[in-house]
Amino acid sequence: MSVVVRIPTPLRKLTGNQGEVREEGKTVREILNGLESHYPGIRERLTDESGELRRFINIYLNEEDIRFAEGLDTTVKAGDEVSIIPAIAGGSR
Amino acid sequence: MAFREDQIARYSRHIILKEVGGKGQEKLLSARVLIIGAGGLGSPVAMYLAAAGVGTIGLIDMDVVDVSNLQRQIMHSQTTVGIPKVLSGQKTLTRMNPDVRVVPIQDRLTAENAMELFSGYDVIVDGSDNFGTRYIVNDAAFFLKKTLVSGSILRFEGQVTVLEGHTSAPCYRCLYPEAPPPGLVPSCSEAGVLGVLAGTIGTLQAAEVVKKILGVGELLTGRLLLYDALSMTFRKLKVPKDPHCALCSPSPTITTVSGSSEWVCQVPAS
Repeated sequence: MSVVVRIPTPLRKLTGNQGEVREEGKTVREILNGLESHYPGIRERLTDESGELRRFINIYLNEEDIRFAEGLDTTVKAGDEVSIIPAIAGGSR
Repeated sequence: MAFREDQIARYSRHIILKEVGGKGQEKLLSARVLIIGAGGLGSPVAMYLAAAGVGTIGLIDMDVVDVSNLQRQIMHSQTTVGIPKVLSGQKTLTRMNPDVRVVPIQDRLTAENAMELFSGYDVIVDGSDNFGTRYIVNDAAFFLKKTLVSGSILRFEGQVTVLEGHTSAPCYRCLYPEAPPPGLVPSCSEAGVLGVLAGTIGTLQAAEVVKKILGVGELLTGRLLLYDALSMTFRKLKVPKDPHCALCSPSPTITTVSGSSEWVCQVPAS
């Protein structure tokens, strides 16, 4: 299944400045594996040592947060959009 | 409350809107809004709320105006460089609209003082610049049952949401359960920010505050608005209330304001 993955600006230096990339996979976990193979170093920004999604990174499948679905095992289908949304805190200084 | 003639003239474009009217303008004039951070986001929020006639605007920020702020912090100016931001802001806002009472609080928001500082306000606006403060703001707003209008910006992207964890809506901890450790996500001055982005996100926050005060429209509760200035796209994502949230679920593990204002800004090495 080919899906579009949206990359937030803080991670774009790992994807050669691309804001959108295509990956293949049946689950979000497989999509992340594909990302790591094409853009080494990106996985450790998203998941911790035990392979779980970091608590300040959200991954959305279309409009839904995968934490409230099956997490990294959430299945994806062709045409879906996976978005990586990190917490950001800038505003004042 | 009877309007003075100059107020009828000043707020006429509001008063003729049926969703606002004289009653709505009265609500604005008696509303009390506290803005955390008198910087990039706080500037447009405060200026539009002052223009709208929000009666009491609290500003909390411990910094002084620096020349590097002026690229985006439109409440300040060359002539207020070196002056506390809250006093510079007070000057700008009361010059624009003498109806507004500005409460300058030149202090650091902490887990200890947040509850007392927030208690006199109806709506809280988060325009702070670090994760530690964001959790303090979230927790205090939750315990005091206040609506929190949250905005954040980084580089070319911004996020806006309205948090009401004391209701069936989510809180900040439902959206982001934990702050990233310092160094893993760039968050502050070193990462850079497109100046005008602060205006876009700040004015969206101001719109949500005004809607909340008036009780009109649909707030961004349970939704996260993402703005990407480079691709000029807005997207909305759903934010469910986390049934296991450490703060706002039925079985919380956090029972007092937590979070630290000592969070340090760093940029990851990569």
